[in-house]
Amino acid sequence: MTDVTPAALPRPAPAPVRPSRLLTGLLILPAGLWYLVLLVLPIAIVILFSFGERSPTGGYAGGFTVNNYATAFKNADPFLTSLSLSITGTVLCLLIGLPLAYFIATRAGRRKGLLIILLVIPFWTSFLIRTYAWLMILGPDGLAGPIGDLIGVQDFRILGTEFAVQLGLVYGYLPLMVFPLYVTLERMDRRLVEASKDLGAGRLATFRQVTFPIALPGVVTGCMLVFIPMMGEYVIPQILGYGRVFTVGNSLVLRFLESRNWPAGSAQAVGLILVMLLSVGFYVWFTNRGRRTRDQSVL
Amino acid sequence: MTAPAVPISVDRPVRRGARAGIDRVGLLVEAWLRAHTLVVYAFLYLPIVVVVVFSFNGTARRVTNWEGFSLRWYEYVLDNREVQRYLFNSFVVGVATAIIATVIGTMAALGLQRAPRWFRIPFDAVTYVSIIIPEIVIALATLVFFASTIGRDGVVTDITGVELGFGYHTIVSALSLFNISLVLLLVRARLAGMDRTHVEASFDLYGTPWRTFWQITFPQLLPAIVSGFLLSFTFAFDDYVITNFVNGRGTSTIPLYVFGQIRRGVTPATNTVAALMLLVTLTLLLGGQWLLTRNARRGGGRDQVGGVAGIVTEQQGG
Repeated sequence: MTDVTPAALPRPAPAPVRPSRLLTGLLILPAGLWYLVLLVLPIAIVILFSFGERSPTGGYAGGFTVNNYATAFKNADPFLTSLSLSITGTVLCLLIGLPLAYFIATRAGRRKGLLIILLVIPFWTSFLIRTYAWLMILGPDGLAGPIGDLIGVQDFRILGTEFAVQLGLVYGYLPLMVFPLYVTLERMDRRLVEASKDLGAGRLATFRQVTFPIALPGVVTGCMLVFIPMMGEYVIPQILGYGRVFTVGNSLVLRFLESRNWPAGSAQAVGLILVMLLSVGFYVWFTNRGRRTRDQSVL
Repeated sequence: MTAPAVPISVDRPVRRGARAGIDRVGLLVEAWLRAHTLVVYAFLYLPIVVVVVFSFNGTARRVTNWEGFSLRWYEYVLDNREVQRYLFNSFVVGVATAIIATVIGTMAALGLQRAPRWFRIPFDAVTYVSIIIPEIVIALATLVFFASTIGRDGVVTDITGVELGFGYHTIVSALSLFNISLVLLLVRARLAGMDRTHVEASFDLYGTPWRTFWQITFPQLLPAIVSGFLLSFTFAFDDYVITNFVNGRGTSTIPLYVFGQIRRGVTPATNTVAALMLLVTLTLLLGGQWLLTRNARRGGGRDQVGGVAGIVTEQQGG
């Protein structure tokens, strides 16, 4: 508390405070170092290893070859399994999430806040535990027993099947789909829907021509948020699929740890990173394209 | 939905006849939306409820045999040395990660605000990559990286003769990557939406940058910082994938214990440990949520979802 009233001080008018470049740099430096050492370098090493050869004892032995990629291409099954699970999972999340987000955004009234918090809570709880819970529910002492009796199949099993993994994926990532959908629908001008109905459009037409196009950016964001982690999911296929549903995640761990074939594993990891970058690239392209057409329509 | 009354002059003979039918469809749609929402929430909570209920199971044998309410497994678990150590490790990892992520992430958000564009754009790209990269990829890449630098035959080990190996430091530094980015994005979103007039007023009143920051900017950023801290703690406390690959001897965390149990065969104690994990993280996050929304309401509450939940929702949507 050194300042007196401004009038008592013969100071000039306050110049706009320009923070020093040094301070800016120092503020960013730790995060920058973290990214460099724990993201850029590890990924660089994986890319380097993916072109290398496996040493007889496992690990990496230098050299340059594209064999690892050729092998990864030839054994594309884990990729295809992951791809099919992720695409189905994304579509299911959308089909389940869109009506839910629509309800919360337009019908929930004062309970909106509560419903959103109820949606965030599962997202806050341990992924492992939420997956583990299905182990009991789907197990022979859970749903599998009664369902087996009902359809008359002895020893009916759900665990270890693709269905179980699919269910786990949808369950695990559904909230990530609903958040962006909710945000876009919440911002929507509801009068557009009323205008559409006043102009004689039916419910379906209104949904198709008004609500869905408005929700589209949220749909695309949600699909991307859900698809990418599903592609790389490791825990769910391991627990609910018993490792029998063999995804990229499982395959990566097998290559890196059990067979200690770092180059082969690295090639697969690079493949997964490429899938991720392609999805993000599509997303960025799509959002910018949407922005441009919207601007044009205004003009 | 209550449609506004049809303007008197508009004549829609065809529609008018069908109106009653359309409304019946409308009612069906409303009922379906409601039922759908209920079913989805039941679906979301069923597993959580099952775990919590069965953690009070008095059975001595199979997990799914319900033999009455009992706290025996809580006593067993809390007395268990092994579980205590795993829990302790989880707390160490959670707190350390949360502190590092909050401090570094907040600093970076403040710095980036003033950084030139040519720097900010690639930096942002790296931030997004760190968030979106599949966890298993970063876990294995980090494992290989640590193994070839500070591991037994690592480069750093060869040069310095000191083997750092794996332990808390590898877990915390690997987990901090994602969480720094998380805090960075949360704080930056808050900075972007901040009211600049107070800062300008402070400068006009000869406030130093230092004091302006602590008295004006920091309090406004606090909800985002607190949310970031709590979320980072939770993600680190609950993490399985990264921790599983970069932990060292004696530094396994509680999710690894649960996974080990799943592998070897689930016991009633597994549910109890799971329920305890839920208790820790949900108490923290709901406590944070309550504190933050209470403060927000005092300062002229809006009819919006606030607190950690609001910040998470907005972030995902933006």
